[in-house]
Amino acid sequence: MLRRAVLQTFRQGLAQSFFKRNAVSLSETTVTHQPIETSNEADEKSVSKQKPGDESGNTVVVAPPEFRFMYPEFLPDPAMERRNRLKEKLERIDMLQRRSVVEIPEFYTGSVMAVTVADANSPNKFARFVGICIQRGGSGLRAWFILRNVVDKQGVEILYEMYCPLIQKIEVLRLERRLDESLLYLRDALPEYSTFPLDMEPERRLNNSVVPINPLKVKLRPRPWLERWERQNLQGVEDLNLPQRFYDKAEKVAKPWEKYDLMLQYRKTIPAEEQEKIFADVHSQLQQQEFKRKMRRRRGTDNEQ
Amino acid sequence: MTFQMQNLARILQFSVPFSRSFHQCQPLNQIQLLTRLRVVDNSTIGKEAMLEGRPPKCIHVYNKTGIGTIGDKVLVAIKGQKKKAVIVGVKQKQAPLVPKFDSNNIVLIEDNGTPIGTRIHVPVPSILRKILKERSVAKQIDFTKLLSIATKFV
Repeated sequence: MLRRAVLQTFRQGLAQSFFKRNAVSLSETTVTHQPIETSNEADEKSVSKQKPGDESGNTVVVAPPEFRFMYPEFLPDPAMERRNRLKEKLERIDMLQRRSVVEIPEFYTGSVMAVTVADANSPNKFARFVGICIQRGGSGLRAWFILRNVVDKQGVEILYEMYCPLIQKIEVLRLERRLDESLLYLRDALPEYSTFPLDMEPERRLNNSVVPINPLKVKLRPRPWLERWERQNLQGVEDLNLPQRFYDKAEKVAKPWEKYDLMLQYRKTIPAEEQEKIFADVHSQLQQQEFKRKMRRRRGTDNEQ
Repeated sequence: MTFQMQNLARILQFSVPFSRSFHQCQPLNQIQLLTRLRVVDNSTIGKEAMLEGRPPKCIHVYNKTGIGTIGDKVLVAIKGQKKKAVIVGVKQKQAPLVPKFDSNNIVLIEDNGTPIGTRIHVPVPSILRKILKERSVAKQIDFTKLLSIATKFV
């Protein structure tokens, strides 16, 4: 019954639950859960839920559904030709091992981040770069993200592989989301939208449970552009003010039937049952690591006092 | 149109509009012959060329392949003259941890490697330190002098 309910969620469209980080609101749609015992701590983000017991009477721990947005790199590449369960399991072990050494925080496209990298070429052996995450991708140990900033009126982009051993520190200075999954249009936007001070301080969030969505609509520079933005259905861009022929051609070339193509969606995603298994596997370890980090931070501040 | 193509057009008439289109890949943004470049130092000749809207064009890449990347020496045609330059920033997609810039940047140099300008006002990739040191050793010309005029490394 739970399986059917989970498949139903999948069929209704993942976008419905996309912006809801609150686990309880998600359960209101279709999936039924036991009542969740929330802890007293205000900044307790990930709450583990208990599945109704299976035949043997054991309860199975399931990771919260937000995990597929918080840690998308744990999900493997859905292409059937490249799937290998053993390889994925070994990769997950390596990823968790790396995460126990370096804190890789939760971030989304649109978050402003600072990355410190070990650089043999620089006089102080570290190089720090601050920028806005314009795109993230890859799966497993090859997960990457691109940071963009405009430094001295020159746009610079750097691709970082999240699990690269040269990376010393990843800080999220501003945790937020934008209206689009990919902000590549910032390359054609006015430079002020990609400019962030290199000495930016981390911003404290007032509400810790919900990641805010910045509804900013960006102004683009006059054409020529690097891509045909009018064909991409961008939400985070101001009205492009193009002659009508551009929109006519965009309509001609558009594939409006793709959003109804269930098999296409199925081939692009990992099935819900497998996602649950993967995140259940990973959830407890991530929780332990976060707990240890919190204790280390508290002990650090106590030592300072 | 050939006979076969006409037949194809007739068959496809009611199913799909027949179109001839080229296969296109993503633009590679490589620096090669006749690429327009941006001078980023404060040399007089560079500033004048950029201001009047006639940026320098690459006329030779000192490379086995004709493609220039960060740290390569190129010969550019600028204001009716031929000058050597070093590429300090590329639009092309780079390896992880190597920065990619929004414009193809060059710094004009003399034959002995000394830069003509006195300051580079844009950030420069720190991997240039390693590349230019290796190149200086290989060619017995000191290319690293331009690192001393750089203001910021990325």
